[in-house]
Amino acid sequence: MNAVEVERLRIVRGGKVVLRELSCSVARCSVTGLLGPSGSGKSTLIRAIVGVQNVAGGDVRVLGSQAGAKELRARVGYMTQASSVYGDLTVRENLRFFASVLDVPRDRVEQVIAEVALQEEADRVVERLSGGQRTRVSLAAALLGEPELLVLDEPTVGLDPMLRRDLWRLFRELAEQGATLLVSSHVMDEADRCDSLLLIREGQLLAQATPAELRARTGAEQLDEAFLRLIEAVS
Amino acid sequence: MSLRVTLAVTARVLAQLRRDPRTIALIVGVPCLLETVLKELFRGGPVFQHAGPPLLGLFPFVTMFLVTSITMLRERTSGTLERLMTMPLAKLDLLVGYGIAFALVAVVQAVVVSSLSFGLLGLHVEGARVVVVALAVANAVLGSSLGLFVSAFAETEFQAVQFMPAVVFPQILLCGLFADRGTMAAWLRWISDALPLTYAYDALARTAAGTYGARFAVDVGVVCGCIALALALGAATLRRRTS
Repeated sequence: MNAVEVERLRIVRGGKVVLRELSCSVARCSVTGLLGPSGSGKSTLIRAIVGVQNVAGGDVRVLGSQAGAKELRARVGYMTQASSVYGDLTVRENLRFFASVLDVPRDRVEQVIAEVALQEEADRVVERLSGGQRTRVSLAAALLGEPELLVLDEPTVGLDPMLRRDLWRLFRELAEQGATLLVSSHVMDEADRCDSLLLIREGQLLAQATPAELRARTGAEQLDEAFLRLIEAVS
Repeated sequence: MSLRVTLAVTARVLAQLRRDPRTIALIVGVPCLLETVLKELFRGGPVFQHAGPPLLGLFPFVTMFLVTSITMLRERTSGTLERLMTMPLAKLDLLVGYGIAFALVAVVQAVVVSSLSFGLLGLHVEGARVVVVALAVANAVLGSSLGLFVSAFAETEFQAVQFMPAVVFPQILLCGLFADRGTMAAWLRWISDALPLTYAYDALARTAAGTYGARFAVDVGVVCGCIALALALGAATLRRRTS
């Protein structure tokens, strides 16, 4: 069974249709990439999956329940695009607070700080950190509860190549340990690190495929070229 | 609701305030300054003795209204509220957690301001001073709850600040401090009857005069009821799903 099943999802924001009848799925224990240009509806789809988005139609099922259901709140980890941590608290204070909300032990805080490589910054106030460091605090908060499903909205924006590589390794490890990851990105070179890809554009699903399938289908070697060919085929 | 989560919210809000010592200095210092000015203005005479105790109890209402509405607005705009809404946290955990944090700050504020007023400034009340402090804290919680509620209607900090004169000033004008409620035009009095600060003021005035009576219990009951109502309204404005 899939971790996420989205069926004919329709979302309207401020009179504008953001997602039109979008259907897709996310397989368990995998890393699924959600790719598309900015403004394509990636964040909206993510918000619908974690259950904070008003939905105009369709159905989103997560880990066997309705998206946003109470029993999912301890099982789904969510990292928003904005860093969504308290700027006036230190890294450790932020994570200790979220740890109490999630009811996880304090040593878990130290673990996630190490996982996102912020040991040196642990006692620094978040608003004095760089953008990339803040993003990692936010990611650490999403990792805290060891969720079965991790939904990450552009977790690698503004990170240097080394850190990006390390984080993708971490995502891979988490998937191998049994977690399901849905990671959005607008950089196509991250697509190759995913088991499966969801390509969306203008609120519609262009393709759901593995990187290999995408190459075979389009005849393109580079994934960004494959994406372009898909768009051209549609229009 | 969970006590653990509620107290975690309280501890977090207090930790944030501790990072901002200037705000704490202003919360405590400004009412001290104003009470001193009031005393000097009326040379410690009857006007000071009349207005001093109610103001002592009403300061926390104003400060906590402002502080809470801005803090909550930040929570909404920074995305932390959205994150919390995906976590196992009840809306009341958040609201009550905030309420407790600002009540504790109000205790500090009320104790410092009343020590100064009753000590150095020679303010006198017939009733118990500790009741004045307790009422000040209740008013702080009322201010906090109303601040939480109205923050839902502000999109920016500029707007949130404007709610202070809109929500607080009419209540201060009509509560009975400036004009005796018995001499007000009937329609003003009806409005006054419907505003929570009227009861908060009445309780403070009765404490100052030492004439508690049954009406005092009604006052305290109305203030507590308004706190519960404002928290319920605040909870209604916290949406797990937004557009």
